[in-house]
Amino acid sequence: MVTSNAPHVRVRLTTPRAVFAVALIVTLWASAALGLKVPPLPDRRINDYAGALTPAQRDVLEQKLIQREHGASNQVVVAIFRSLDGESLEDFSIRLAQAWRVGQKGLDNGVIFLVFVDDRKMRIEVGYGLEANLTDAVSSSILRDVVAPRFREGRIADGISAGLDAIDQAIAGTYRQPVRSARPKQSIDPFTLLLLVFVFGGLGMAIIPALFYRSGRRAGWTGGGAGWGGPYIGGGGWSGGSGSSDSGGFSGGGGSFGGGGSSGSW
Amino acid sequence: MRIGLALLAVVVVILIVLGMVLSWGVRINNDLVRSEQTVNEKWAQVQNVYQRRADLIPNLVETVKGFAAQERTVLEEVTKARASVAGIKATPELINDPVAFKKFQEAQTQLGGALSRLLVTVERYPDLKSNQNFLALQSQLEGTENRIAVERMRFNEAVREYNTRINLFPDSMVASFRGFKPKAFFEAAPGSEQAPKVKF
Repeated sequence: MVTSNAPHVRVRLTTPRAVFAVALIVTLWASAALGLKVPPLPDRRINDYAGALTPAQRDVLEQKLIQREHGASNQVVVAIFRSLDGESLEDFSIRLAQAWRVGQKGLDNGVIFLVFVDDRKMRIEVGYGLEANLTDAVSSSILRDVVAPRFREGRIADGISAGLDAIDQAIAGTYRQPVRSARPKQSIDPFTLLLLVFVFGGLGMAIIPALFYRSGRRAGWTGGGAGWGGPYIGGGGWSGGSGSSDSGGFSGGGGSFGGGGSSGSW
Repeated sequence: MRIGLALLAVVVVILIVLGMVLSWGVRINNDLVRSEQTVNEKWAQVQNVYQRRADLIPNLVETVKGFAAQERTVLEEVTKARASVAGIKATPELINDPVAFKKFQEAQTQLGGALSRLLVTVERYPDLKSNQNFLALQSQLEGTENRIAVERMRFNEAVREYNTRINLFPDSMVASFRGFKPKAFFEAAPGSEQAPKVKF
């Protein structure tokens, strides 16, 4: 006869405590499955849940947003996530906007700039009060013409910074859609200039000696540099942390959102 | 003398009780009125955003015609759907009448469907798709559809709150006494979980 050495522990799954435990687990699992959770109320304006920005970049952008609040009561907030996990961008955005209440109550002058780095999707969610200036068409243009080109080059911090500037312009009514020109007619970027210099310089060094030494001997082309100095770095640099930083505290002012704004991708 | 005093006491008690019932009733009534007001406000918002969509359409149709005039069927479909939507007078009374409300919702859904089909058709015209005017219109349309989804959701929430209130006992007694009726709300069309998203 075989007797088991294991202690006889009977777990009755019908006791109230067990039922409660099972119910709790199922509910938690179900709510997790319901989609991306809205993060708790932020106490900063730049909220990088994806680690896409360096702390230095974050601080610069935070200062930028703190400074702009001196002149106006509207609030602009940035939230960067990794992925939507299959949820709809607009659904998540309005849920987040309703939870965070960015902007002043009554004035509803909040803006939320959302970025999903893995999904390559973004959205500008505009509060009721700013819809007149920061229209859907303008938001769409900002995402498409200002932010996306920079994001496509991997310059996330630049893209956000330029986007924030454009949002400010839009709110002030001074935003102009950047003129898209495939071939710059007047200005030549430094890279092209350098290339031209080396090409013509090299040619010149090959041709001019040949003009002088008419022996037919090739002077050889000793031109060409050791490559041009590194990849083309565009945009402005960072000015570093400003001397006097304001207190970082932030809280939403109770503004509401109606679903205005625009979504984009890159 | 004793009987007189007892009678007086009873009358006083009855009056006090009546007074309490009355003040409770007034309070419930006012709560219901406020709840109904909220529903009406949200309904006004819904009408606003639906109107906004309808207003975008003439411009959209003209822009598309400029590049794809041969897509007559789908353009006419959109124009007709818009006309039938405009034909329904969306008054605050509409939400009290479930049949009329259903007709309203169907007309709006039809318009949404026609717009989706139009935008699918536009896919075949790269010149149109990259036209700045069209891009602006498209973003406005997407924004409006999003607003419609949001305001419908908020309206539904307000109606649900109101409908629950007038059905719960004992408030339901005051509700039926004062003539508060349940209101209609937006139901998802069979086969779709949400308002048609006009997106690519």
